[in-house]
Amino acid sequence: MSKMVPLPTNSIIPERDLDKIPVLETRHLGIDFGGLTAVDEFNLTIGRTEIAGLIGPNGAGKTTVFNLLTKVYQPTRGTILLDGKETSGMSTVQVNQAGIARTFQNIRLFSSLTVEENVKIGLHNQVKYRTVSGLLRLPSYWNQEKIAHERALELLSIFNMEDLAGHRAGSLPYGAQRRLEIVRALATNPSLLLLDEPAAGMNPSETAELMENITKIRDTFQIAIMLIEHDMNLVMGICEGICVLNYGRIIAKGTADEIKRNPVVIEAYLGKKKEG
Amino acid sequence: MAFLSYLANGISLGSVYAIIALGYTMVYGIAKMLNFAHGDVIMVGAYIAFCATSYLGLPSIVAILLAMAVCTILGITIEGLAYKPLRAAPSLAVLITAIGVSYFLQNAALLIWGSAPKSFPSLVGIPPLKLFEGQLIITGEAIVTVIACIVIMIGLTLFTGKTRMGKAMRAVSEDKGAAQLMGINVNHTISVTFAIGSALAAIAGVLLCSAYPVLLPTTGSMPGIKAFTAAVFGGIGSIPGAMVGGILLGIIEIFGKAYISTQLADAIVFSVLIIVLLVKPTGLLGKAINEKV
Repeated sequence: MSKMVPLPTNSIIPERDLDKIPVLETRHLGIDFGGLTAVDEFNLTIGRTEIAGLIGPNGAGKTTVFNLLTKVYQPTRGTILLDGKETSGMSTVQVNQAGIARTFQNIRLFSSLTVEENVKIGLHNQVKYRTVSGLLRLPSYWNQEKIAHERALELLSIFNMEDLAGHRAGSLPYGAQRRLEIVRALATNPSLLLLDEPAAGMNPSETAELMENITKIRDTFQIAIMLIEHDMNLVMGICEGICVLNYGRIIAKGTADEIKRNPVVIEAYLGKKKEG
Repeated sequence: MAFLSYLANGISLGSVYAIIALGYTMVYGIAKMLNFAHGDVIMVGAYIAFCATSYLGLPSIVAILLAMAVCTILGITIEGLAYKPLRAAPSLAVLITAIGVSYFLQNAALLIWGSAPKSFPSLVGIPPLKLFEGQLIITGEAIVTVIACIVIMIGLTLFTGKTRMGKAMRAVSEDKGAAQLMGINVNHTISVTFAIGSALAAIAGVLLCSAYPVLLPTTGSMPGIKAFTAAVFGGIGSIPGAMVGGILLGIIEIFGKAYISTQLADAIVFSVLIIVLLVKPTGLLGKAINEKV
């Protein structure tokens, strides 16, 4: 049935992005694990400078969507368009180079590397010099390393983390590690930044600061941000379009107000909620 | 004086082990596999250097560079043909493949160069150093080996610590998936690792055969296993660990031969390994492994 149904018109792209090619468009996206359909009929469009939210109960398939978009999993069905271009056949690395960067629900920093080195890993494809000139310390090495160093500090300054540049990433407090993950992802120069539970484990004041920073990042870099988050204050506070996932399917799309009042969403959350 | 002489020999032999162990440990660190064919790459390197000097009459330095070039290509080829298709396979399959590659290289060498031992000409043109009025003689080979080992160590430390590729390698060794998502080409990184390890193997082969001049198709296997032991001893995956492990292993082996028993020297070496692993399972400088969920 899926192929014949016309795609739902998308109501959640902000007006300012309507005349631009969407940064991301998925059509009939789905994946099966064995006999189990984890995600199905995932149709979503994200505007060029939109902050979009992906919410849903635990196990709804939110992180699976991120893994599909970044080609950690190859989709079983459907297409993903990035800047209007198909990404089928692309590898994770190619998708990153084409403009998708992400953070992880369980922090995956390179913990034995320093904060600055972590950011420089993100800059890897933008810093070019031959390894030989690196070993021999030729001028091209110094120039490129200087650019990388300055760029790394500039990115770290978004979160006022320049002073931590020399510290081991693994030694940072939890909140700082989450922020560093965002900086490292930004370093890859994305047009779409995927944040997987960026506020997890943060206290309310840290979360409030994070909300400001996410908006600031969008304004500064003019990129789209899609985030998975359980903190409803954050989602409702900054997301322009929200997509609700349950059992691997989109059950609602809309603005914060529309989602809050949607009976299907309320049922999915309250009906399935097991604790707290 | 005999003690100092043994110590010098031990450090020299240990330096060869260390250079070989670097190849094992880097490949393990990045690709999480044990490349048991590494020892045989040493042998190939030695044969190439032997042919270059004895048949073609090339100068030593050219012969060494040629051996390094051939081994680098060999290493990348082995990785691309034998290991890369198995990237998603269980580690046991990769291990068996590595042993297969090892036998393949030994038998290919047997086919090309025959089973008769070749007498390897020393490629080191430095006269021995005579100390204490000639009571302590340190061979030119030993001096060059130790210097080579130190230079390689410094070079690798700079490479992994300061260069873009080196940082990418450390990132891949820590979290392959996250590195890919940051745009690091893991396959390319692994190829580079094999290239470096194999080039080092060629140097080790030349140094080893310059000091112990009998060249056979099986020449690489025992030093390969010893170097693997050294890598585990020092903490597999750790570059300084391979260095420390290699040199300690060389010293233990020579002292064992000199003071205890020539026959038991290898048994002593491996006993020390077992004791170290019982006390510190991650090796001397190894890090505790954090399983990521």
